[in-house]
Amino acid sequence: MPKTHNIILAGFGGQGVLFAGKLIATAGLIEDRELSWLPSYGPEMRGGTANCSVCLSDEPIGSPLVLEPDALLVMNQPSFDKFIETVAKGGVVIADSTMIPKITMPFDVSVYTIPATQLSEEHDLKGLANIIMLGKLFKEIDFCSAETLDAALVKCIPAKKQHLLEPNRKALALGMDY
Amino acid sequence: MSEKVLMKGNEALAESAIRAGCRYFFGYPITPQTELAAYMAKRMPKENGVYLQAESEVAAINMVYGAAATGARTMTSSSSPGISLKAEGISYLVGADLPAVIINVQRGGPGLGGIQPSQSDYWQATRAMGHGDSHLVVYAPSTVQEMADYVYHAFDIADKYRTPVMILADGMLGQMMEPVVLPERKTEFIEKPWAACGHDNKRPHNVVNSLYLMADDLERLNIERFERYAEIKATEQRSESFLCDDAEIVVVAFGASARIARTAVKRARENGIKVGLIRPISLWPFPERAIERTMDTAKAYLSVEMNMGQMVDDVRLVVNGRRPVEFFGHTGGVIPTPVEVYIQIENLAEKVGA
Amino acid sequence: MAEKSNILFERPEALLPVQNTYCPGCAHGIVNRLVAEAIDALGIEGKTIGIAPVGCSVTSYNFYACDMIQAAHGRAPAVATGVKRVLPDHVVFSYQGDGDLASIGMAETVHAATRGEKITVIFINNAIYGMTGGQMAPTSLPNQTTQTSPYGRDVTTAGFPIRVCELLSTLDGVAYAERVTVDTPKNVRKAKKAIEKAFTYQIDGVGYSIIEVVATCPTNWGFTPQGAFHWMRDNMLPYYPLGVYKDVKADGYKDIYEAAAARAAECPLVNKEGDR
Repeated sequence: MPKTHNIILAGFGGQGVLFAGKLIATAGLIEDRELSWLPSYGPEMRGGTANCSVCLSDEPIGSPLVLEPDALLVMNQPSFDKFIETVAKGGVVIADSTMIPKITMPFDVSVYTIPATQLSEEHDLKGLANIIMLGKLFKEIDFCSAETLDAALVKCIPAKKQHLLEPNRKALALGMDY
Repeated sequence: MSEKVLMKGNEALAESAIRAGCRYFFGYPITPQTELAAYMAKRMPKENGVYLQAESEVAAINMVYGAAATGARTMTSSSSPGISLKAEGISYLVGADLPAVIINVQRGGPGLGGIQPSQSDYWQATRAMGHGDSHLVVYAPSTVQEMADYVYHAFDIADKYRTPVMILADGMLGQMMEPVVLPERKTEFIEKPWAACGHDNKRPHNVVNSLYLMADDLERLNIERFERYAEIKATEQRSESFLCDDAEIVVVAFGASARIARTAVKRARENGIKVGLIRPISLWPFPERAIERTMDTAKAYLSVEMNMGQMVDDVRLVVNGRRPVEFFGHTGGVIPTPVEVYIQIENLAEKVGA
Repeated sequence: MAEKSNILFERPEALLPVQNTYCPGCAHGIVNRLVAEAIDALGIEGKTIGIAPVGCSVTSYNFYACDMIQAAHGRAPAVATGVKRVLPDHVVFSYQGDGDLASIGMAETVHAATRGEKITVIFINNAIYGMTGGQMAPTSLPNQTTQTSPYGRDVTTAGFPIRVCELLSTLDGVAYAERVTVDTPKNVRKAKKAIEKAFTYQIDGVGYSIIEVVATCPTNWGFTPQGAFHWMRDNMLPYYPLGVYKDVKADGYKDIYEAAAARAAECPLVNKEGDR
């Protein structure tokens, strides 16, 4: 049976953490699982940090607000500092080391660093660091099948922006292979 | 049946309202319900409907009053401070027996309060949404699916009983995305012979009115309206009972807090505590019968809310001193955690020997 | 039955055969009649909806033969907006007093006007709250004595009266704004013409129209009906001059949209072609 996942994705507004969360939620929808996606909508969304909680399960989701994530995808220092201590025992952290200079490694949590922002610039994938990060998260926690993830990408990229599909696929692969 | 889609609660409310035949939406921006208005602004022109951003909440509810008076299906949405501004108009809707749907995506109060999720407008919605002897039907969905289902249902109930109906949601339900199957488009609607839509020289003039200067007339109309309320109380109670059959501790929670309570109840069951959950879906009429049914096994009740303790009054009215009724909650936008609720259940079980 | 041509005076069909509830000598009776005559003249009773908000005229829903909606104090323009948006081919009018329109309902008044709602507002300005027994209105004159300005309206504390036609005529949504009165047969005929024109502008989709009727309140002013008209002529008309304050068609435009675009000719965004 597929695992239950309680994931937090966090970073600056504009880095695309809400979109990355939506991709995970869409993957859950495609696989007909129970799921929820809850964004922060406080003053932080107006130019500051943004985050969302995503739950995937095979039972109805209780609180959609994730307090002890078993996975954390994090793209800036303030969010890293805010959430790192909340990660559950045995949890997985994917941290963008380009954006987070000070990375601590709590006991019983696996922290994977990936210079996603730098990679996105080097590979002419500017603005897709979030998708590189998601590829890495997918590799580590396997939240859906590979076909589903690609289908989610196709579903979430609007018809007018289909030219972005290939760069997104490239970004995903980059993260998966890192 | 429609396919399952991923939607925000606010958007599901809007789309489902359109499918229920609502073509007239009047609103004013306020967090955390703004996506609903934005969705309507985008969709209504494509449905040959009207989206109008009013100059104020006061104007918006009065535009709803005008549109409802013509017999059209119409809706407005806001969040707590804006709902207070609509109170006058809602009382007029009640007084003129006009059907309409009002959405409250609650945030913390009083005053400007905050913008985080809250359930602190329970009293306002169920007790005193406007001046005068008045009620409105109030539904509290707890999933995005129920947001879609109950706003759709709300239009039918509004037309059937000629009453305003409120969907009492909160910032969490409004902002979150979940899979939802949207209802089919409604194509048949009941006749509204009372509507002020131009008599076309075929009938005497219709008057939509809430003014009765003769005390006897007003009393008679209020009594007639309360007879309708009695019918609503008898037939329109809605709730969900979860693990209540042998429950010695009964948790009562609605909307977002019911989701949290459910997680806590499951965990307490795993640890051997005989606990169940009653989730009121209709807050007015309050599901008295569902609570009453638990009385045989229940040793104590625990109301869990995102406020300082409001629905607990209604639980106490039903229990009427026969069992202890306790309250646990957070307010101001702080969301209770399943662990906190679990501890309350455990403590209460110990206290009453459950 | 008598030949129609022999009848010199009869009740308009749009006015129901009921006794109104206005005080003797009140101008409301005349204006109610003029509105009904306009409805008859245009043959629109079957597709007209009137809005009666709070004030002396609230019970006019019992007098007009067209469909009527009673509205909350000041909210008639919002209610009228709701009605008109559902029924764009119908005729919608509100009938409002000065406290209703220019005090508690000023936001709704200004915004319905600036949206260019295709509605007609009949505004009775008699410089006092009549229904509640003679309190100071937003249009009460400086030094005018009322129940709540017992020493006369002191403009240093109570501020100045509002000239509604002048104020609204600055808004692009207003097609037609005229101030009339009903103190003489000649002025009554002028008022009737204005009301008919306002309805016509609505029917033709020209824009928002308002007819301000400078009126009297013999009861609360403490005059005889004729004395009240004297006081009105002496004091109100110099402050609230009669006349047309805006008429986009007389200015040479088809409607408010053409007039507003011409006024903002220098703004490229306003004059962007198509793509609406």
